[in-house]
Amino acid sequence: MSNKHTLDCSNLLCPMPVIRTQNALKELNEGDTLEVICTDPGTLSDIPTWCRINQQEVLSTEEIDNQIIFTIKKTAI
Amino acid sequence: MTQANSIQTSNNAPQKQRKAVALISGGLDSLLAAKVIQEQGVHVEGINFYTGFCVEGHTHAIRKKDKDKQKRNNALWVAEQLGIKLHIIDISEEYKDIVLNPKHGYGANLNPCLDCKIFMVNQAQAWAWAEENGFDFIITGEVIGQRPKSQRKETMPIIARESGAEDRLLRPLCAKNLMPTLPEREGWVDRDQLYDFSGRSRKPQFELAKKFGFDDFAQPAGGCCFLTDANYSAKLADLWEARGERRYELDDIMLLKVGRHIRPKPNFKLIVSREEGENNFLKGYKKQFTSIHTVSHGGPLTLLDGAFDKDDIKLAAQIVARYSGGKSADAVTVQIENYNGTSYVMDVPPMPAHEVKEEWHV
Repeated sequence: MSNKHTLDCSNLLCPMPVIRTQNALKELNEGDTLEVICTDPGTLSDIPTWCRINQQEVLSTEEIDNQIIFTIKKTAI
Repeated sequence: MTQANSIQTSNNAPQKQRKAVALISGGLDSLLAAKVIQEQGVHVEGINFYTGFCVEGHTHAIRKKDKDKQKRNNALWVAEQLGIKLHIIDISEEYKDIVLNPKHGYGANLNPCLDCKIFMVNQAQAWAWAEENGFDFIITGEVIGQRPKSQRKETMPIIARESGAEDRLLRPLCAKNLMPTLPEREGWVDRDQLYDFSGRSRKPQFELAKKFGFDDFAQPAGGCCFLTDANYSAKLADLWEARGERRYELDDIMLLKVGRHIRPKPNFKLIVSREEGENNFLKGYKKQFTSIHTVSHGGPLTLLDGAFDKDDIKLAAQIVARYSGGKSADAVTVQIENYNGTSYVMDVPPMPAHEVKEEWHV
């Protein structure tokens, strides 16, 4: 059974949101999803790029007010 | 890009595919170094270290005027070009010891280049993950003579020795100018296909980039970190002097990158935002600092750092008023907000421009 997790990276500047996402995903099981809340616009580029090169799937990217919310599905590395 | 698990030797006997960790800074040299080794059939993965002083991202992300600029992280971009995984490691806490106590002295500013490099390579070597996964050697994009302190021929053996990597540290771009390393001696890589770059000219790198079809690569002017920047170093030195000791927190080094820093008295300084993006960024620190913002006129958000009394706050408020839309008014109303949330307002005459002394600007 997959679980949903949330990671708050508000006010953190890149690459810290990427590092926190990377480290959080390491702890999850395959199939789990991680919702990452960011405020640094740099994450719009960095988090999807990190996911592409590390074969993780970005299910959605939402921009609400000043927040950027990514939903990432953990896949086997 | 899929990399084969084994490579064929000339007698068709499968040979174990060797694995290398490449230190990826995001610049051209580390891109080329990793590519050269990748081309020889070695499995390469990247490591990038976050020290807190990296130029990447921060200021672009903060300042609104830079919003339209591409904000890519160059290390991630390099990894994507190479088709390799990239592991980003936060060493900002451990890096403090390198900045505060550089064993080999400082560079031109406060950049502890050589120690920084040793530390990074050391990290790569010591990183349990790398060894657990059977990595055989480390690659860096160093070129002899490229940087005045860390990339000299005589310092390269020091880096290799003190990092603990010894002869498992390979510099593909200048390897032919150095003694053969273990990967070369063991035939894991072909020394003949490595390079003999040296000096400050970038021409050989540009030619190699062209050969590999790389363009749009980053060319950082000041090296890898803010510590190579004279203005930034001056701000850090000022912070240490004001505190009477050499220490910093990650928030301190973030804030040194933002706003005008004005120290009218030794015991405190103002961090005055210069535009909306910085304003928004400084708002995130209102629970840690006393802040001042103008009420009667538009103006910058300002943080006060240090120890200050009521007279100091009034002085600071006058300086803030000087940078507000009411700088020509008789009085400007400002709100002083303590980090615990309590606040009060006061009317102050803006400080005339000529009274904001040049030496106050850090």
